[in-house]
Amino acid sequence: MPAMSTFKKSPWVVHFNCNSCNGCDIEFLACLTPVYDLERFGILHVGNPKHADVLLVTGSVNHRNARVLRNVYDQMPAPKVVVACGVCAATGGIFADGYNVLGGIDKVVPVDVFVPGCPARPEAMIDGIIRAAEILESRNTAAITSVSCRKPLHRCTPVPDSPKPV
Amino acid sequence: MIRRNTIPFGPQHPVLPEPIQLRLVMEDEKIVEALPSIGYVHRGLEKIAEKKDYVQDVYLAERICGICSFMHSQNYCQGIESLMNVAVPDRARFLRVVWAEIHRIHSHLLILGLLADAFGFENLFMRLWQIRELVLDIMEKTTGGRVILGVCTIGGVKRDITPETSDYILRQLDEIERQLSAVLPSLTHDYSVKQRLVGIGVLPKDKAYELGAVGPVARASGVAMDLRESGYAAYGELNFAMVTESAGDCYARTLVRVRELATSADLTRQALAKMPSGPITTPVKGSPTGEVLARIEQPRGELNFYIKGNGSRNLERFRVRTPTFANLPPLLHMLTGCQLADVPVIAICIDPCISCTER
Ligand code: SF4
Repeated sequence: MPAMSTFKKSPWVVHFNCNSCNGCDIEFLACLTPVYDLERFGILHVGNPKHADVLLVTGSVNHRNARVLRNVYDQMPAPKVVVACGVCAATGGIFADGYNVLGGIDKVVPVDVFVPGCPARPEAMIDGIIRAAEILESRNTAAITSVSCRKPLHRCTPVPDSPKPV
Repeated sequence: MIRRNTIPFGPQHPVLPEPIQLRLVMEDEKIVEALPSIGYVHRGLEKIAEKKDYVQDVYLAERICGICSFMHSQNYCQGIESLMNVAVPDRARFLRVVWAEIHRIHSHLLILGLLADAFGFENLFMRLWQIRELVLDIMEKTTGGRVILGVCTIGGVKRDITPETSDYILRQLDEIERQLSAVLPSLTHDYSVKQRLVGIGVLPKDKAYELGAVGPVARASGVAMDLRESGYAAYGELNFAMVTESAGDCYARTLVRVRELATSADLTRQALAKMPSGPITTPVKGSPTGEVLARIEQPRGELNFYIKGNGSRNLERFRVRTPTFANLPPLLHMLTGCQLADVPVIAICIDPCISCTER
């Protein structure tokens, strides 16, 4: 029996604002609204990474949020795909020289689709998510569901938790 | 028996699109203390600004925040212009007002929509964001960008508004107001919406003053403070009445934003009508020397830039104080004593923009 194309028909997206200027974030939120209407492709925006198939990241990684991003990625069930939105998520963009910026999000999680633009246009983001859904589908049929791609967190110094309130 | 718990709220949270973490110390359902934990979107922008040319910094300043991007670049340009004694052409001053006020409409609609989403009125969120797309259409038509415009430059602006485009903007504004008049009453008069907003997160006037609230948060508590009254850009030649409320709760803050939508549309119309003809930019030579504190009224409140130049192409120091930073102490005050279920509404009501706060 051929595998059901559940992923292609309704990929669920979790959005993580990494280190962005908000430009790409509000463009992603604009995708959800009636003018662009992401849901007509069956794509749903969810808040819980455990429900999601697609991780959409805006902005670059810094020392503080690298661990959070990795955490969100690890919590997602396999198979999963990652979409990097905007030049910040690809390379660090205009902030690449920052002392606190590690670079693109591919330093921390494996990226499948890069969406260009500063900010990326909603049309481009929708295209990116649909391509990601196709990759997801091929991963599903290739039955590599149990192998999750793990990259070490390099160049990141662990950040100590802030002191516990009493 | 009352149990004390600490609940982490964020940095990745379904209703809060901004990456801030609030550690909420709870006694049962009541919050006794809120501790913010920040740094998730710190990009080191002030240091990057020192490495780049001061003209390149206009684009960097614009990317402090993608929501009120134009006003960041406007404030930066105004600061550098006053350092270098550049007289901006009159037409450019009016064009800046047009874009700034259109940006304010888009920003207020954005936050009102997110507020509707925070108290679970998804339909209203969708409708408000649908209307917001009409505002973005104006920006796209006049500048080519949807949220990051890139039109402000030191000595003026880069693009002009032709009479046809001006007519288009007026028609679009009428359409926006027509659609808003059908939607906004459900935000201001709906019984269940009022249940979620009236009397929630009260900030009395003296506390607002003491804690240094700015923008709609301060005006909703009765502190009459709006930098546009100081008459920067072309505001001195336009008439507008400052919007204030006295209750200081989430409902008052919503009302202030709703009423400011009309003010901004009116200011845009006035600026388009009174705009003189002439050049839109003047050539600028040399490099900035000295220091200046540039201030501007953003959708969220007062924005301060401290700029110090030493006569070279690079700035010696660039410091950003954003309105959300000023509004965080009032937020912590409002959160203390409230219910856990009200946290998203109160947090959204100050219109937090963490990306600009952490730079
Ligand atoms: S790519 Fe551009 S718009 Fe997007 S987060 Fe980065 S600076 Fe902002």
